[in-house]
Amino acid sequence: MVHLTSEEKALINGLWSKVNVEETGGEALGRLLVVYPWTQRFFDSFGNMSSPSAIMGNPRVKAHGKKVLTSFGEAVKNMDNLKTTFAKLSELHCDKLHVDPENFRLLGNVLLIVLSSHFGKDFTPEVQAAWQKLVAGVATALAHKYH
Amino acid sequence: MSLINSERAIVKSIWDKISSQADAIGAETLERLFCSYPQTKTYFPHFDLHPGSPQLRAHGAKVLAAVGEAVQHIDRMPSALTKLSELHAYILRVDPANFKLLSHCLLVTLAARFPADFSAEVHAAWDKFMSILSSILTEKYR
Repeated sequence: MVHLTSEEKALINGLWSKVNVEETGGEALGRLLVVYPWTQRFFDSFGNMSSPSAIMGNPRVKAHGKKVLTSFGEAVKNMDNLKTTFAKLSELHCDKLHVDPENFRLLGNVLLIVLSSHFGKDFTPEVQAAWQKLVAGVATALAHKYH
Repeated sequence: MSLINSERAIVKSIWDKISSQADAIGAETLERLFCSYPQTKTYFPHFDLHPGSPQLRAHGAKVLAAVGEAVQHIDRMPSALTKLSELHAYILRVDPANFKLLSHCLLVTLAARFPADFSAEVHAAWDKFMSILSSILTEKYR
């Protein structure tokens, strides 16, 4: 269970309000597939992923990235209640999608690198630390229903 | 896992871009590490770890200089890093899990400072490079 202080929540919300969910989601998912190519195993139907530029430009990657990050927005709205918020999604990822939870940790860190590249100096060590806690909490919540 | 030629070229060219800020990058990397992963501070009970502390800056510079050495000798990293590898195995004995954390914080720092250069391809090459570097430094642990 992740416990975020009110300062940390403020830092998270402060950044999230400025995030372009569509672009950031596509970029984060794309980078996951580029930096950790074995993650492509879940996306055989997505078409051309033969090079970094093919992946980053792939419309299905972008669309799915947007979907994933939109869902992440629920985490930001429910920071005190992540396990309940992601219970159904957790079951889905286990029973239907068969995703190793390690992938949630990888994606979380890639997301933070994308946020860092977008926000630069504003992505201070303190902001990063708050976000690290949040992505770790989301990863744990998504793994919670695994059996 | 080893770097292919295009990855080596990417790592070197980015290093050339960032090396003039190496000291500051090192300090920021450590600051991020200690902030996001407070448990890593346990290796530095003897340091003043406040942002801007001279010890933090000196140590950050040292760490980045070692990264630079690895870049300079990217074609023969294991032999170039023998001394550092022994230092980490026999003296420092930093738990291997921490190398991932430090590498991540370095990449976050690079992304923040050089967003235009930190493409997906560059991100991939540097993540792989740091992973290889970490393996070499933990190679003699047992």
